[in-house]
Amino acid sequence: MTEPATVLQARGVVKVFGQHRALDDVSIDLRAGEVHALLGENGAGKSTLIKILTGAYQATEGEVLLEGQPVRFADPLQAQAAGIGTVYQEVNLLPNRSVAENLFLGHQPTRFGFVQKKVIYAKARAVLATYGLDVDVRAELGSYSVAVQQIVAIARAVELSGKVLVLDEPTASLDRNEVDRLFDIIRQLKARGLAIIFITHFLDQVFAISDRMTVLRNGKLIGTSSLKDVSPTDVVRMMLGKDLEILHPVSTAAEGASGPVMLSFDGFGKPGKVAPVTLDIHRGEVVGVAGLLGSGRTELARLMFGVDTAESGKVTMNGKEISLRSPVQAVQAGFGFCPEDRKADGIFGDLSVRENLIIALQAKLGWFKALNRDEQLEIAGRYAEALDIRAANHDMPIKLLSGGNQQKVILGRWLAIDPNFLILDEPTRGIDVGAHAEIVRTINRLREDGLGLLVISSELDEIVAYSSRVVVMRDRQMVAELHGQDISPKIIVQAIAAQHQEAAE
Amino acid sequence: MKVLKQLALAASTVALFAGVAQADGLQGKVVGFSQIGSESGWRAAETSVTKLQAEERGIDLKFADAQQKQENQIKAIRGFIAQGVDAILVAPVVATGWDAVLQEAKDANIPVILLDRGVDASEDLYLTSVASDQVKEGRVAGEWLVNTVGDKDCKIVELQGTVGSTPAINRKQGFEEAIAGKANLTIARSQTGDFTRSKGKEVMEGFIKAENGGKDICAVYAHNDDMAVGAIQAIKDAGLKPGTDILVVSIDAVPDIFAAMVAGEANATVELTPNMAGPAFDALDAYLNGGTVPEKFIITESKLYTPADNPQGEYDTRKGLGY
Amino acid sequence: MKTRVLSRLISPQTMALAAVLLVNWILFPGFFDIEWKDGRLFGSLIDVLNRGAPVAILAIGMTAVIATKGVDLSVGAVMAIAGATAATMVEAGWPAHTAVAVALLAGLACGLWNGVLVALLDIQPIIATLVIMVAGRGIAQLITEGSIVTFSDPTLIFIGTGSFLGLPMPVVIAATLAVLATLLVRRTALGLLVEAVGVNRSAARYAGISANVLLLAVYVFCGFCAAIAGMIVAGDIRGADANNAGLWLELDAILAVVIGGTSLLGGRFSILMSVLGAVIIQAMNTGILVSGFPPEFNLVVKSGVIILILVLQSPLSATLFLRAPKAKTGASK
Repeated sequence: MTEPATVLQARGVVKVFGQHRALDDVSIDLRAGEVHALLGENGAGKSTLIKILTGAYQATEGEVLLEGQPVRFADPLQAQAAGIGTVYQEVNLLPNRSVAENLFLGHQPTRFGFVQKKVIYAKARAVLATYGLDVDVRAELGSYSVAVQQIVAIARAVELSGKVLVLDEPTASLDRNEVDRLFDIIRQLKARGLAIIFITHFLDQVFAISDRMTVLRNGKLIGTSSLKDVSPTDVVRMMLGKDLEILHPVSTAAEGASGPVMLSFDGFGKPGKVAPVTLDIHRGEVVGVAGLLGSGRTELARLMFGVDTAESGKVTMNGKEISLRSPVQAVQAGFGFCPEDRKADGIFGDLSVRENLIIALQAKLGWFKALNRDEQLEIAGRYAEALDIRAANHDMPIKLLSGGNQQKVILGRWLAIDPNFLILDEPTRGIDVGAHAEIVRTINRLREDGLGLLVISSELDEIVAYSSRVVVMRDRQMVAELHGQDISPKIIVQAIAAQHQEAAE
Repeated sequence: MKVLKQLALAASTVALFAGVAQADGLQGKVVGFSQIGSESGWRAAETSVTKLQAEERGIDLKFADAQQKQENQIKAIRGFIAQGVDAILVAPVVATGWDAVLQEAKDANIPVILLDRGVDASEDLYLTSVASDQVKEGRVAGEWLVNTVGDKDCKIVELQGTVGSTPAINRKQGFEEAIAGKANLTIARSQTGDFTRSKGKEVMEGFIKAENGGKDICAVYAHNDDMAVGAIQAIKDAGLKPGTDILVVSIDAVPDIFAAMVAGEANATVELTPNMAGPAFDALDAYLNGGTVPEKFIITESKLYTPADNPQGEYDTRKGLGY
Repeated sequence: MKTRVLSRLISPQTMALAAVLLVNWILFPGFFDIEWKDGRLFGSLIDVLNRGAPVAILAIGMTAVIATKGVDLSVGAVMAIAGATAATMVEAGWPAHTAVAVALLAGLACGLWNGVLVALLDIQPIIATLVIMVAGRGIAQLITEGSIVTFSDPTLIFIGTGSFLGLPMPVVIAATLAVLATLLVRRTALGLLVEAVGVNRSAARYAGISANVLLLAVYVFCGFCAAIAGMIVAGDIRGADANNAGLWLELDAILAVVIGGTSLLGGRFSILMSVLGAVIIQAMNTGILVSGFPPEFNLVVKSGVIILILVLQSPLSATLFLRAPKAKTGASK
C-alpha cells in the first residue's frame, strides 16, 4: 500500500512575537484522507500554527507547501480559496441570516447579478442532505442548536475549500450524541479524501477519530506519530513533557507532617462545572491538583473561592459551616486565590506595586478602615522583601514588572491578609526559571508555616516537588487521590489517562 | 384634575380670546387637531385655547398629541381622514415631508389649516396657515422702546434666542428695523440666552459686569419673556431696579412677565397669542358656509402689553391656560 | 510633600485656567474687579464660581462614576427631576426642608436605578444611564405639567441665590461638597477601591472587593450630586424649568472630569481637578459673555480652547514638554 499523498505541509516554521518564540522550528504534514490531531497544553503553539497554515499569520521563518507548491497566504480568504477551510469552536457565521445564506454567503449563485433564492435553497438542501442534515434552510441559523450550526459551518468550509479542513475544538460545546454525529460527518469527509486537522482537549475523542497526532509543547514540536503506536499515557506524557524513565525524588512534603483538618469540602459542586468533590484540607499541607486543561481544575478553584457559586454540598472550617457565595466571603474566611490569568483577573495594571500588595487586606478591612500611607509602605516593604519582589520603587505601576514579579506581588497580596488557605492556579506559568524556583520554595515555606494550600499546575515535576497529596481531575470530576509513594509523575500521568487506557486495552 | 380646574377657570374668561363669535356656522362640525406636543408652557396654552375655542363654537374637536414626532402627526392626520372629519388643524413639528399626507386630505376634500408654523409644500395643498409675524413682534417691541426713550441716549443689551433659530433671527431683525435711524439708541451687547431663564440670568450678569456694573445699560430687549424674567433677577442681584434703572422689554406675554409688571419690574411685552385656533375657525366658517377662500397666510395680531393693561388680570387669565 | 504641592500647581489644568483668566482680563480689563455689595462679593470672578458651581457639583459625582470606568448621562435629567420635585412640593404647600429631602431622595432613587442596571444587570453604563437621560426629562415634565413652576419659597431661593460669608450659596455648597467628597474618598479606602474597580473589575472581584456594592454607591452618589445641582439651578431662577434645567450639562460635567485628567477608561481620579475643570469651562463661558464676541463664536471659541487643553494634557505632550516634572509627579504619588 502506498502512502497517501501529502496535501499540506509546514516545514521548519518559526513565529516570533517580539521577544517570544511562539513556534520554534515546527514541521507538520497532512495527508489526504486522514484525521490529524494537533495536541498540546495552553501556550503550546497550536493556534499559532493553525493561524499560519490558514493565512491569519505569516511565518517568521520556514515555509508552507500546498500539494507540494510553496504558498504564502495574505489572509484566511486566500487560504480558503486555495482549499483550506477552518471551523472554530465559536461558530462565526451570521445567526440572523438563513441557513442557506450562511452556507453560500459571498458565493451566492447569481444570474445577471441577481441572487436566485430558489436556486440557493435547492442547492443548500442538497448540500446539507449529504451531511444527513434535514432542516429548513430558509430559517434563521440562530434558531438551530450549536451542533447544527457547527455542521453548517463545516459544510460551508468544505464547499468553499475542499482540500483541508481545520476543526478547532469543534466538540467543546456539544453533548455526547452530537459528538457522535459530528464524528460520522468527519469520517465521511475523510472518506472523500479531505485532510482534517482536529484540535481538542478530550483525549478519548483523539483516539476515537484520529489517525495520527502531532504534539507541541512550549512552541516546539515534540513528535508526530500514528495513534496505533501510542497509548494515552504516552500522549499525556508527551503533552506534559515528562521523561518517566528518570526516577523522581519522592515528595519532600511527607503527608504525615501535616496538621489537623482545617477545611472540609463535602459534596461541593456545581452541575456543568464540577461534579461534587469531597476533600479535606489540613493545616500545613499542599494539595496538588493535576489534570489536563478543561478537566475542571480551574472550575474547582473558582468554586472554592466563591467566584462561581456551588450548588451542592457544604464547607466547614474548623468544625463550623461557612458560606462561600462570593470572593468577599472567601476573603473574610481567610482564603486567598492567585488566578490562572494573571493579567485579566489578578493585577491592577495601572495601580502601583504598593497598592496591588495591600488591596486584598484593604478589601478585607472594609471601606472605612483605611490603611494610611505609612502602613501601606510598611506592608508593601515587608512582603516585597519576603518574596524578593524586584521593582525600581513601589510606586511604579505593576504592569511594568515582569510576569514573575507580578505573580509574587499577587502572592504577597494574599500573604498580607494572613490567610488560612491559599489557592494557586498555575502559579508558575509564564515565569522565568529563577522566579519559578522561588515560587516553589515559597510554597514549601508557607506549608511549613502551617497554611493549607491547593496548587493547580500542569508541571508535574512541580506538583511532585511540593504536594503532600495530589488529586487528579478528569472530565470535571475528581477521579483520584494520590498519597505518599504514589505521588510521582508516572502515576499521575496514568491517573490522568486512566480511562483511555482502559478503553484501549 | 388640576388641568380640568384650570379649564373651568379659563372658560369664564374665554371671551377675551373668542374674538367675534360668528353665527353658529360650525355647530356640530368635527375638526381634527394634530398638536406637536407640550414642550413649553405656550404650547400647552395653545392646546387649551384651541379646545376652548372649539367648545365655544360647538365644534367636536378630535385632539391628537404627536409627542414631537412627525410620524405620529401623519398617522393622526390619516386617522382624521379615515374618520371623515370636516376639517383638520395641524401644528407641524417640522417643515418638510408633508406633501403626501396633505394630498390625501385634499383628495378626500378635507380642508387643512396650519397653525403657528409653515410647511415646505405646495400652497394648494392646504386651505390657509395661521401664524404670528415674528419680525413684526420684534418691530413692535422696538417701536415701544423708541417711543418710551424719546431723545435720550439709550444703550440696549439684547438677549437673543438660540443661535440660528428662526424666531431669534426674525425678532432681532424686527427690533433692529424699528430702532434703525435713531442715533440715540444703540445695541451695545448681544448674546444668546437660549430662550431659557437661567441662561438669560447668566448672560445678563455678564452684561452688567461688562457695562460698568449695569449703570450704563438703559434697556434690555429679550427675545422671549423667560430670558427677561432671568435678566430681571440678575438686575436685582446687582442692586439695580429693573423696570426703572433698566427698562425691560420682551416678547411672548407669558404669565410670569405680567407678574413682573405687577411688581414694576418689567415694562412691556409683545404677545405671541396662543389663540391660533380662533382665526383658523373664523376662516373655516367663512369657507365652509360662504365658500370664501381665505388668504394663504393669516397673521395674528402682535399686541403690545404694558403695566397699563391690567397685568394682574392678564396674569390670572393666562395662568389658567396651562402656561 | 513640597514637590507634590509644586507639581500640582503647575499641572496642565492650572496653567489652562491661568491662561483663560489672562485672556479674559485682556479682553475685559475689569474681569478681576471684585466689590462688596449688599453683603456679598460681586464681580466677574464670583460669577465664574457661581455659574460654574452646578457643573462642578455634577463633576464631583461624575468623577466617581468615571473612575469606575462608567459614565452617567442621566445627571442633566436628574437635575430637572429634582428641581421639579422641590418646586412643585413647595408650591403645593409642603415645608421647604421636606421638599428638599424628597428632591434629594428622587436623585438617590435615580442613581440607584442606574446603579442596579450597571452593577447587577451588567448593562453598559452609557446605555443604562441613557434610559433616565431620555425618560427623566419626561418625568420632570409630568411633575411640572409642562410649564415653568415658579415659586417664592425663601429657603429654596436661598439655595440658589443666597450668600454665606459673602460667597454665593452655590459656591459654598460646591466647595463643601468637593472637600467632603475628597476627604471621604482619600481618608477612607473608598478612593483606592473605586480605582481598583475601574482599573480591573474582574481582579477587584478576585481580590475580595465588593465591586457591585461600590458601583451602586458611586451611581447613587452621582444622582445625589445631580439632585443638589438641580435644586441650585431651580433656586437660581426661582422656578423649575423641566424642559431646560440641566439640558446638556451631563456633557459639560463629563468634559470637566476629562479636563481634570481622569481617564474615561477608569482608574486614577481627582475630584478637586474635576472641579477645576468645571471652573475652566465656566471661565471660558463668562469670558465670552463679557468679551462682547457675537454669539455665533461661542461654540467655536469653546471647542478651540478645549482641544488645546486636551492636547496639553495628552501623554504625547507630557513626554514632549513636561518630561522632568512628570517623572517627579510619578515618584511622589
